[in-house]
Amino acid sequence: MRTLIKNAKVLIDNKTETGIDLVIVDNILISMGKNIDNEADKIIDATDLYVLPGLVDAHCHLRDPGYEYKEDIESGTRSAARGGFTSIACMPNTNPTADNAAVVRYIIEKASQKGIVNVYPVGAITKGLEGTELSEMGTMKEAGIVAVSDDGMPVMNGDVMKKALIYAKQFGLPVISHCEDINLTDGGSMNEGVVSTLMGLRGIPSSSEDVMVSREILLSEYTKVPVHIAHVSTKTSVELIRQAKRRGAMVTAETCPHYFTLTEKACLGYDTNAKMNPPLRSEEDLKAVIEGLKDGTIDIIATDHAPHHIDEKNVEFEKAPNGIVGFETALALGYTFLVEQGYLTLSELIQKMTVNPARMLKIDKGTLECGKAADLILVDFDNGYRIDVSKFASKSKNSPFDGFKVKGRVISTMVNGKIVYQK
Amino acid sequence: MRLASKDLLGLADIEADEINLILETAKEMKKIVASSMKRVNYLQGKTVINLFYENSTRTRVSFELAAKYMGAQAVNVSVSTSSVLKGETLIDTGKTLEAMGTDIIIIRHSQSGAPHFLAKNVKSAVINAGDGMHEHPTQALLDMMTMRETFGTLKGLKVAIIGDISHSRVARSNIIGLLKMGSQVNLYAPSTLMPIGIDQMGAKICPTIEDAVEDCDVVMGLRVQLERQKKALFPSTYEYTRFFGLNPENIKGAKKNALIMHPGPVNRGVELTSSLIDADNSVINMQVTNGVAVRMALLYLLTGREEA
Repeated sequence: MRTLIKNAKVLIDNKTETGIDLVIVDNILISMGKNIDNEADKIIDATDLYVLPGLVDAHCHLRDPGYEYKEDIESGTRSAARGGFTSIACMPNTNPTADNAAVVRYIIEKASQKGIVNVYPVGAITKGLEGTELSEMGTMKEAGIVAVSDDGMPVMNGDVMKKALIYAKQFGLPVISHCEDINLTDGGSMNEGVVSTLMGLRGIPSSSEDVMVSREILLSEYTKVPVHIAHVSTKTSVELIRQAKRRGAMVTAETCPHYFTLTEKACLGYDTNAKMNPPLRSEEDLKAVIEGLKDGTIDIIATDHAPHHIDEKNVEFEKAPNGIVGFETALALGYTFLVEQGYLTLSELIQKMTVNPARMLKIDKGTLECGKAADLILVDFDNGYRIDVSKFASKSKNSPFDGFKVKGRVISTMVNGKIVYQK
Repeated sequence: MRLASKDLLGLADIEADEINLILETAKEMKKIVASSMKRVNYLQGKTVINLFYENSTRTRVSFELAAKYMGAQAVNVSVSTSSVLKGETLIDTGKTLEAMGTDIIIIRHSQSGAPHFLAKNVKSAVINAGDGMHEHPTQALLDMMTMRETFGTLKGLKVAIIGDISHSRVARSNIIGLLKMGSQVNLYAPSTLMPIGIDQMGAKICPTIEDAVEDCDVVMGLRVQLERQKKALFPSTYEYTRFFGLNPENIKGAKKNALIMHPGPVNRGVELTSSLIDADNSVINMQVTNGVAVRMALLYLLTGREEA
């Protein structure tokens, strides 16, 4: 099977080249260049469209096993494909928890049968995400995990985190830290500030994130083991990571589209679709996150795709679970709010959504290279459209971005040479 | 003139002229409360439900009497005897009550925003009788009515609010309402109980109790909400009284006949000394009477919206 993509725009050495043809034989991208006049079984006209490496998500929740009413591996990977993600790392807070090889094997097995994009499980740092006993990282690595994280819950005990770092290193597993001091969070449900005061909701101080970011950096420097900071949302965290990188600390960081597009004000009216953890922060924090993206302090844009059933979100604010659907809006939000605003070049945005997460996860993905599996997407950056949650491929529709006017629509997604999503 | 919304969810959601309308109407209603008949037919054929997810004596009884004085059917649903204990959600409870022909649902709930959430999901009018740490609009309305009766206007009044501001929905509604009506609001609290950013709403955070009450027309103590505190935010009741309790000595700088107010129930000798509670210028009982009048006015205005 020979597929020819004709007349595409492609980013080569950070510049847009036009009129590029790409040849895919079976599952491999074999050549890329101008006017490749080749016979093909299938020709795709990519005029006016970009062909980009398939996006890599370092942080999502597929809810399978245990919460299939929110999402499962089939619907979750369809949602990913619709958003342009061809490789995704899913967090272990399933039920049962992915803290052992059996659950990891289940995820990989189901993903190979029902999944339409590459699924890379992340294993738990501690058994049951309880923050006390290390999970079987070695056995899980054999089963196929690419990293460890207790995402959703912090590892509150510093000694456990220190041991997790040095033990994970032995198996070459990156450690992804959900930075939150539960005592400082103190039952809060949104950012602490004038808006939480006005709404009478318990606030989560930004220091709840900052003190743990600081701890992880110090532990990483002490143990000489890299650490990856998940979903950075505060100004101080950005600054702590910036300073650490300047010292040469082995720290990487991600943020999510909601932290550079929305502030705590989105919670007004008790909109539970604006409830997530870490919470939406202040205008000042949002600006600092954008600065961090610009100067490279923040390496990665991840989705933190966190689907929830409508019945779970249509409740009193404090009772609602945290998180939003992320796959299907991430690229468009990045393009509209970062590239169109002039904060990042398209190339920088794409790096933060492809090679950078792939490098952190140590997976051979995220590039458009001849000789490698053809994981790529066709994207229209010219025509604006409105985000419509009812069209989401995800089982869940919990998004604060419904109705947002954006640019950057995925037209096709190809995984391993096969079109898995077509608009 | 009538109220713009079908609900009263908070003073943040209504305009100054609507507050005036409620207070003017309440003035008339107070005459009914004071009369020997205590019965008008303004709400005949209407059904009012008190849906209380938290304990309350004065607010619940006050709403119930307000409804009954005007001829409405008033039903109390208390959580301990309802199907809430069987796991029914707030929406489903609201819809069930509405299906029985309810015109007004009065809700008190421990979650901030619960009345807003209910109001979005039912057609009945919803009145917030206190939600979490957010608002308690009818309490602030009765407080404002009491101040206005004494001073004739709210404009230019200086009001000191002392105590647990963080957990207090009474404080939030009073701050929002009084500022809307042109009063000045001074605040003093243990620093652990002063919510972040409250000054950005327009109230003034004072460094001492004496500064807060200086030249004030009204001194309002707030209840120490021991049941709402998950952990000790001040070291002891003794220390609270010693540094944050109101007494005749530390309010000397207030105006000579400054009103002493408290939303009740009072922890005697903690927030205020007994001598202040029982002083001539204490209007704590007048607040309670005005509570019925304000709630009558509100029920009247909300049920009369369509006819008007």
